[in-house]
Amino acid sequence: MTGPITPETAQVDPWPTDADLTDDVLVRVENLVKHFPVKGSGLVSRTIGQVQAVDGVSLTVRRGQTLGLVGETGCGKSTLARCIAGLLPATSGKVYFEGKDITNLPRRKMQPFRRDIQMIFQDPYGALNPRRRVGSIIGDPFAIHKTATGAARKKAVQELMERVGLNPEHYNRFPAEFSGGQRQRIGVARALALRPKLIICDEPVSALDVSIQAQVLNLLADLQKDFGLAYLFIAHDLEVVRHVSESVVVMYLGKVAEVGPKNPVYDTPRHPYTAALLSAAPAADPEAAASRQRIILSGDVPSPINPPSGCRFHPRCPKAQERCATEVPELEVKAGDMPTHLTTCHFPVQAGEILARSGRAPRGEAR
Amino acid sequence: MSLSELEFQAQTLGAAPAQAIEGRSQWRLTWARLRRDKMAVASMIVIIVIAILALLAPVFASLLHHGPNQVFPNSGLSSTGGPVSPGTNGFYFGTDELGRDLLVRVLYGARISLFVGITTTAIATVAGVAVGLISGFFGGLVDAVLARFIDTVLAFPFLVLALSLAVVFGPSLTIVIAVISFFSWAAISRIVRGQALSLKENQYIEAARSLGASPWRIMFIDILPNIMAPVLVLATLSIPAAIVFEATLSFLGLGVQPPTASWGNILAGAQSYYQIAWWYLVFPAGALLITTLAFNLLGDGVRDALDPRTERIFAARKKRRRRIWAGGPAAVGIESLVAPSTDGPEEA
Repeated sequence: MTGPITPETAQVDPWPTDADLTDDVLVRVENLVKHFPVKGSGLVSRTIGQVQAVDGVSLTVRRGQTLGLVGETGCGKSTLARCIAGLLPATSGKVYFEGKDITNLPRRKMQPFRRDIQMIFQDPYGALNPRRRVGSIIGDPFAIHKTATGAARKKAVQELMERVGLNPEHYNRFPAEFSGGQRQRIGVARALALRPKLIICDEPVSALDVSIQAQVLNLLADLQKDFGLAYLFIAHDLEVVRHVSESVVVMYLGKVAEVGPKNPVYDTPRHPYTAALLSAAPAADPEAAASRQRIILSGDVPSPINPPSGCRFHPRCPKAQERCATEVPELEVKAGDMPTHLTTCHFPVQAGEILARSGRAPRGEAR
Repeated sequence: MSLSELEFQAQTLGAAPAQAIEGRSQWRLTWARLRRDKMAVASMIVIIVIAILALLAPVFASLLHHGPNQVFPNSGLSSTGGPVSPGTNGFYFGTDELGRDLLVRVLYGARISLFVGITTTAIATVAGVAVGLISGFFGGLVDAVLARFIDTVLAFPFLVLALSLAVVFGPSLTIVIAVISFFSWAAISRIVRGQALSLKENQYIEAARSLGASPWRIMFIDILPNIMAPVLVLATLSIPAAIVFEATLSFLGLGVQPPTASWGNILAGAQSYYQIAWWYLVFPAGALLITTLAFNLLGDGVRDALDPRTERIFAARKKRRRRIWAGGPAAVGIESLVAPSTDGPEEA
């Protein structure tokens, strides 16, 4: 860490006590902030506000493991992913890859890290150039990093295609000639080409139908096993995240609400938002679905331009009290939790607690 | 299922893997559509014929023993000293007021016209694409400066500039090419800039950046192929515009200078004689008309062929025609407009 160690940064480190795991840390994100300026209209536009897309997020991705990142649309998941991948400059905070600071590196200095950090995108239609042949798309990483040319590149591309379950004979086809699932496989092959250590999956299965989702998820799991990949897996489907991840980060309005190994987070959520999210997810088992208590949140997600004071969740929280509106809660271990399970809440949900339906009018909500 | 059918299946199954699987590129599909457009094909043939005639102009000149600037005061002029009509004394297009062979001069004029049309379009396309791509892709200050420059060029009165340049530097072919190129690139630039602005927001551009592609690589490998379609249409349509522009400048005496033949300066000469010698006006003007018309029709055909929806229009047209012949209702139902395409998923 280059900056001064303040109590805050020390506290928000998600896995501070697992000293034996430090060697396994692949990516550390510390207090990452990404604000987008809001420009006013007029001849000389001046900044009239900030969209606080990501506001002080810390997380750790460990080698060979999957970190799930969940949250509603607009909570900053994708912005966070793009900051980590170096596609967006961070406003402040640090991203470390294998202990090296890669925050806001210029393109040329970032180049060696690009080999290790790859992305898979949400839209299998938009992420492939419609005018280029598949062989050339998958061969792009080799061409850009000058690792293979000519026949060697073609051979490498065809091996990749085979590995992700595509017919290597289709080397000369165009993306339009493939189905959605096949296109996502093309995206996976491209991300895999340089044998990265981390693949950031930005909602890789959201655009696919359920049977295809399973195929792509199984492919990702196989590849993880074979190549020791780490995934930062972004999704809004809680069950998918539970299926693929070792640990989970729940985000709300640019901040981490809860983080921890997946079982405690899913089984005994401490943040009311996590509890509400989990209660809203459709369950495959109808009996469990019937017996379960549904927490209905009132209101919409507030605008990230002018987020609520104190805890950002308080206007919609069934447990909110006066303190929540004034005091920003810290990400910390709550009583009775394991040291890797942290929550940002003044009044965490207790085991077995029934959350009252939030019937209060939204308060302090900025529109 | 008969044995022969089984055999046939076995054969096709056996033959299939031997054939390499090749995706159908945009260009191949475009070419397939263009070939079915009779007007475009006819225009292409006309253009090829004109190009061959222009290339072979010296051959015709030597076959006829008439140089382009050679004066024939005896055989080429009538007893009253006027131009001779087509067909007399081996002058198939007649002669001009000096007794020069009009056919040879029109053929040599085609060389100038095509040369100017193609060079200026090449220069304008390269410059226009480069400026438009850089402006649209980089955005910010670069875009602000370049976009205003494009607007300035488009707002410029071209004839005034051409006139003043010709006066300052003296009229020449180089000045003509420079002036036409200077006024042609901006229109291409503006289209390319708009396309680049919208294309750069695509996720595949972000994917390329995440792979570490340089801005130049993204511009030329990822964006350029996606804007080639409108650029091709604009380029095809800018050739006839350049030909007309050259003719205009030469007609005004600011372009190609006599005695070098150009359609524009032949027409300028014809001004005083067309009442007694209709051929003097009709042949160069007809050549100009046919050439520009062919290029314009080809441009329209290329534009239609590049639009994947054309496939459906063709299908609808065909269906309607068949129905009329069959004596069925001539009204075109909605189903013929949305006729399923037979040509693969590109049209889906």
